[in-house]
Amino acid sequence: MSSLTVPVSPSTASQDGIVLRGVSKHFGDHAAVREVDLDIARGEFFTMLGPSGSGKTTLLRLIAGFEVPDAGSISLRGVDVTSKPPYQRGVNTVFQDYALFPHFTVAGNVAYGLRVRKVARSERDSRVRAALEMVRMTEFADRKPAQLSGGQRQRVALARAIVNEPEVLLLDEPLGALDLKLRQEMQVELKRIQRQIGITFIYVTHDQEEALTMSDRLAVFRDGQIEQIGHPVDVYEHPATEFVAGFVGTSNVIMTQHGRAVLRPEKVELSTGPVSSDREGAAGHVADVAYLGMVTRYTVQLGDGRLITAVQQNRSTDGEHGRFAPGDVVTASWNVADAFPLKTTSATEIQ
Amino acid sequence: MSDRGLRQRAGAALWRRPWLRGVLTLSPPLLWFLVIYLASLVVMLVTAFFTVNSLTGNVVYQWTWSNFSQILTQSVYGSIILRTLLMAIAVTITDILLALPFAFFLAKVVSRRWRQLLLGLLLMPLWASYLAKVYAWINILSNKGVLPGIESKLGIAPTHIAYTNIAMWIVFSYLWLPFMIVPIYGAFERVPDSLLEASSDLGAGSWITFRWVLLPMVLPGIVAGSIFTFSLTLGDFITPLLIGGSNSDFIGNAIYDSALNGGNLPFAAALAFVSIAIMAIYLLLARFAGAFEAL
Repeated sequence: MSSLTVPVSPSTASQDGIVLRGVSKHFGDHAAVREVDLDIARGEFFTMLGPSGSGKTTLLRLIAGFEVPDAGSISLRGVDVTSKPPYQRGVNTVFQDYALFPHFTVAGNVAYGLRVRKVARSERDSRVRAALEMVRMTEFADRKPAQLSGGQRQRVALARAIVNEPEVLLLDEPLGALDLKLRQEMQVELKRIQRQIGITFIYVTHDQEEALTMSDRLAVFRDGQIEQIGHPVDVYEHPATEFVAGFVGTSNVIMTQHGRAVLRPEKVELSTGPVSSDREGAAGHVADVAYLGMVTRYTVQLGDGRLITAVQQNRSTDGEHGRFAPGDVVTASWNVADAFPLKTTSATEIQ
Repeated sequence: MSDRGLRQRAGAALWRRPWLRGVLTLSPPLLWFLVIYLASLVVMLVTAFFTVNSLTGNVVYQWTWSNFSQILTQSVYGSIILRTLLMAIAVTITDILLALPFAFFLAKVVSRRWRQLLLGLLLMPLWASYLAKVYAWINILSNKGVLPGIESKLGIAPTHIAYTNIAMWIVFSYLWLPFMIVPIYGAFERVPDSLLEASSDLGAGSWITFRWVLLPMVLPGIVAGSIFTFSLTLGDFITPLLIGGSNSDFIGNAIYDSALNGGNLPFAAALAFVSIAIMAIYLLLARFAGAFEAL
């Protein structure tokens, strides 16, 4: 069992973490999860990213033990837990709707798991206090969940899970119900807590920005399978398939000599001159302009009729300076190396 | 001015004065409630403090406690009240024990289609006449009935429970069971599945989850259902008449006797007062348990 204070560095030894082999789950005719293999290292912040219905939540529920797989095995630190009930797995879950017990106080909710496991009262009290301190909810200990805001409930749900010192914490879209500002605050908070207690976090979200911000590694799900798995930078800069390129950020898909390639909008530069020899590009005219504050997004129609999206930083406070207007003739260019070739046999193209 | 103009102006005047709308819509039912219901109740309770001249049979309009002291001192009324009260408690407890698993099954286990079917089956007996159901039970329990018949076929000594308090207990428990299941089912429905998963996730087995999460959350539903079973049993006089034995009189039977056979309306009113008092105490206790938050 991991301790609350000693940070554990991510380890690659799969014996130490979570190992999924050939895990499948069907609901009626619908295959929610299809033969997924996955290794998650101990202490890792691992994110499962995908659109709704892509199987990420089902896989989380399989790891939690709320569902039993039709095929495959799940093991935790070398122990097969495939058919064990949730309470024998050493994992705890933070639910999307928080699932706080309405008739218990904040402290009562946090103490629940310890009471169930018959932890002595004095130890229970001190651990509840420590957990509430960690999520900065000490002063709300005697409130009922109904008296708390969404963000506060979220913190209580987190404290209720981590107080049990699980080996793995499962988080099912925990920030989905919060507004943007609070969500960003909680993202930082979650990372802080994860570093502090050093346990494995498995995080489900459909928010690609959240996934990129928080994860050590992330897996992009589609139709019950993992489309790509890797470090955030890897997945963003080198998307394996067109689906990943489209789901994680926005992107242009262009044709090069080597076939189709992904080109991120921020890598495209707009200018009025000709394309320099070390770059690739084409001339066209601005079809659409969207001012987004930090950046401006242009849609450029190239000579051959194709559309390409370019994002330029608004470096000047002068709203007009260096910007283009619809109808302007421009040259869109990019570094050859920035166009990342797509695998020709991606799942996208098979279907 | 045209009719239409007048109507529009009246409508606008009402729109601007929400309180006037409230008064106009609420006053007919409120008046009905006050005159028909509360006033007659008050008249009845006042009557409880009068007596009847035993020779002429006329009501003597003189304030006295004699009806109440008679109820409190004569042991026959004490045992009638006690029997009614104990039966109401026994039926309520029985229905709680029967309803809890059924309502849980209905709300949390079965599929949507089965749930609709079972709810339909559960509510169907409510369409049948009360008397028909009691007579059906007489057919089941009486000496030549279905139950002893089955028992003798199986070679078991036939039970003779018709016309006993046990028969009454069975019939009452059957009659009022739907009134217990429905509110408990509603309470179970309001418990999100994620709470049960959270409890399991935090290490609790089924019993602890039931005891610590489900039971406290459905308690208001249980209390709400018990108000039905308790008050319906408390006020009944037909089932004791039809399937109760020689010593099975309820408060309702005593009221019936003194009002219709004895012609002593003040004494019947005093007995009714006892029923109302018991129910009032029960409702206060129920309120204490938070039952009305669930209604």
